[in-house]
Amino acid sequence: MAVDLESPSNFITTRLRQAVNWGRKYSLWPLPFEVACCAIEFMSTVSSYNDISRFGAELVRFSPRQSDLLIIAGTISYKQAPILKTIYEQMAEPKWVIAMGACASSGGFYNNYSTLQGADRVIPVDVYVAGCPPTPENLMFALTQIQEKVEKEGLVPASDRHTDRAEA
Amino acid sequence: MSQKLVERLQQEFSGEIRTVSNPKGDETVVVDREKLVDVLTHLRDSEGCEQLSDVVGVDYPDRDERFEVNYLLRSWKNNHRLIVKVNAAEDEPVPTATGVYRSADWHEREVYDLLGVPFADHPDLRRILCHHEFEGHALRKDYPIEQGQECSRPEHLFNDQDITAAARRATTLVTDLDGALDEVHPSDLLTVNLGPSHPAMHGALRAEVLLDGETILEARTEIGYIHRCFEKESEDHTWAQVMPYTDRLNYCSAMLNNSIYASAVEKLIGVEATPRAQAIRVIVSELSRIIDHLVCICANLVDIGALTNYWYLYNVRESIYEQLEKLCGSRLTTNYARIGGMSHDLYEGFDLEVLAKLDQLDEGISDVMKLVARNGIFLDRTVDVGVISQADALSFGYTGPCLRATGLAYDLRKTNPYWGYENYDFAIPTGTNGDTHDRIMVRMAEMVQSRSIIIQALENLPDGPLNVDDHSVVMPPKEKVYGSIEGVMNQFKLVYEGICVPAGEAYGFGEGANGELGFFCVSDGTGNPYRLKVRPPCFPIFSSYAFLAEGGMIPDAIATLGSLNIIAGELDR
Ligand code: SF4
Repeated sequence: MAVDLESPSNFITTRLRQAVNWGRKYSLWPLPFEVACCAIEFMSTVSSYNDISRFGAELVRFSPRQSDLLIIAGTISYKQAPILKTIYEQMAEPKWVIAMGACASSGGFYNNYSTLQGADRVIPVDVYVAGCPPTPENLMFALTQIQEKVEKEGLVPASDRHTDRAEA
Repeated sequence: MSQKLVERLQQEFSGEIRTVSNPKGDETVVVDREKLVDVLTHLRDSEGCEQLSDVVGVDYPDRDERFEVNYLLRSWKNNHRLIVKVNAAEDEPVPTATGVYRSADWHEREVYDLLGVPFADHPDLRRILCHHEFEGHALRKDYPIEQGQECSRPEHLFNDQDITAAARRATTLVTDLDGALDEVHPSDLLTVNLGPSHPAMHGALRAEVLLDGETILEARTEIGYIHRCFEKESEDHTWAQVMPYTDRLNYCSAMLNNSIYASAVEKLIGVEATPRAQAIRVIVSELSRIIDHLVCICANLVDIGALTNYWYLYNVRESIYEQLEKLCGSRLTTNYARIGGMSHDLYEGFDLEVLAKLDQLDEGISDVMKLVARNGIFLDRTVDVGVISQADALSFGYTGPCLRATGLAYDLRKTNPYWGYENYDFAIPTGTNGDTHDRIMVRMAEMVQSRSIIIQALENLPDGPLNVDDHSVVMPPKEKVYGSIEGVMNQFKLVYEGICVPAGEAYGFGEGANGELGFFCVSDGTGNPYRLKVRPPCFPIFSSYAFLAEGGMIPDAIATLGSLNIIAGELDR
């Protein structure tokens, strides 16, 4: 970025990619996939005490078409998995995913006939958050990590970021 | 009292009651399968057993009659409890009780799903917790716990025939009203999925509704989206290791689950928590009840558009969380109670901090009441919305605030006092109309009562030991573990083998935030539960949701759902 102070009409020169990513980074629109206990901590994160809007991510959308950050808060069962996949596919590129908590990351302490052993078995995940449930601080830290990613990779669609996956 | 009931029952059905027993104070009779419906009908009509609280199936693969099905009955009016048992071999149908109690519908489906017991003449015997492509029955002893089965797509709840039938019904309805035939064609009807992934459906609940214009003609619900196999997991863990799993049943009030679970196991072992532990359980349980109600009310109000209240109420909750974190290291999943006591004592200065939080609560409640109590929009959205009558509520298995909103002052803390609840002075708030408004207001009033209970408990907190003096149940003190070989062995056995709970059965229960929370414990004398069945208060309540939603509009259905306080973790287990 360069600022031209000499010229009578001040203007800033930058690269388009940087300008877009800068804007995107501070206006992530999260879609909470709230299924279990972790969702309660998501509620805490958006409530006024923790105030997620400090990071520009307070515009919680419940339509996948309008959001670019999927936060999986809770246990994904085999019954839930096809729904999670559909919702992810309905989100427009570019999009990012946070697996919030032990269950979404790995199945947590539910290793049984009904629980999917991590959301990344069905969709690609960008940031995993430890904790059962993670505290609001943990989730906000994950959000800043997503912001870093956005800044660095921005215009790349999720399918290109996760090339190691057969499907995306 | 329940003993007399059993005697009368024996006279009435002379020779047909197989055995009578009273394990741990739970009166139990075993009857023949063929006689089941007669016995239940008699109990309902002549003995005042208005409610079937739960149906518990247990699998004994070595017996000739492999399955045992327990019907947990309750008469609030006469304060009776009775367990009716039937036995069935594999593939032998048990007659359905759906004609006697409406709550039997879902309870029997669950037994069918998890154990494969067929119920003859059940109107809709489908799976309920496992997905529709699942094969086998997960709670049978021969089903391996880790054997997952993938699900390729969600199930449709209405097929073409259902829609045609509904259109025909709608046609007659319209014709009846204005005389002229106004045909409703199946293509006029619209199916809409509410949930499972929608914030108003609280994450994991699903209802598919059939709309005629804006009116819900028919609704069907589906659950099981976060079935996490609590019951199978508990058979795989020791009694003490189950404690953290109970946190995640109703995760809005984890301490209540902890404490009631601990009491249920104590009942089976035959020990009683010390007075100090009981008082601490009362305090943390009432705090949990408060935060549970706070979440329910604030989410309910957000659902109907009153967002400001969310900030007012959630901040109180947030500050109570801080205190819970200070007490047990975790905000949500507290894991605080232990079988035989508590994990540790209250910290110094706990009482003063609680009192300060209770003042914040007062402020929050009064702020919100100022906003809603006479707010025209709020009243329009809630009064006469989602109404349920007393009789229906009882038959569906309602307990807790939702039952009290219909005007019945039934509360287990009064009818079957535990932890010394009889020594506290508190009232049971009730509603009159059984609608969404009353459910919200009953919860508001209950928080005030809980506040008063906490203050009384803090004032009279007994001194003395926290845990029972029995080291076959609670861990030995650390000095002993590090100082003597007996101490090491004691600790080692408790950790590796678990508490050896004597063989037998017991049903322990208490008033959860949302109604009767019960644990039906079966032990075979080893360190793991043989069977542990939860009676989650919101399971029977949610079974009535379709009934409540039909005939209303979608916004009404959303307002109603919020006021029922369905917590998916507890619903699906
Ligand atoms: S990680 Fe823990 S808190 Fe989160 S959904 Fe799983 S069990 Fe609940």
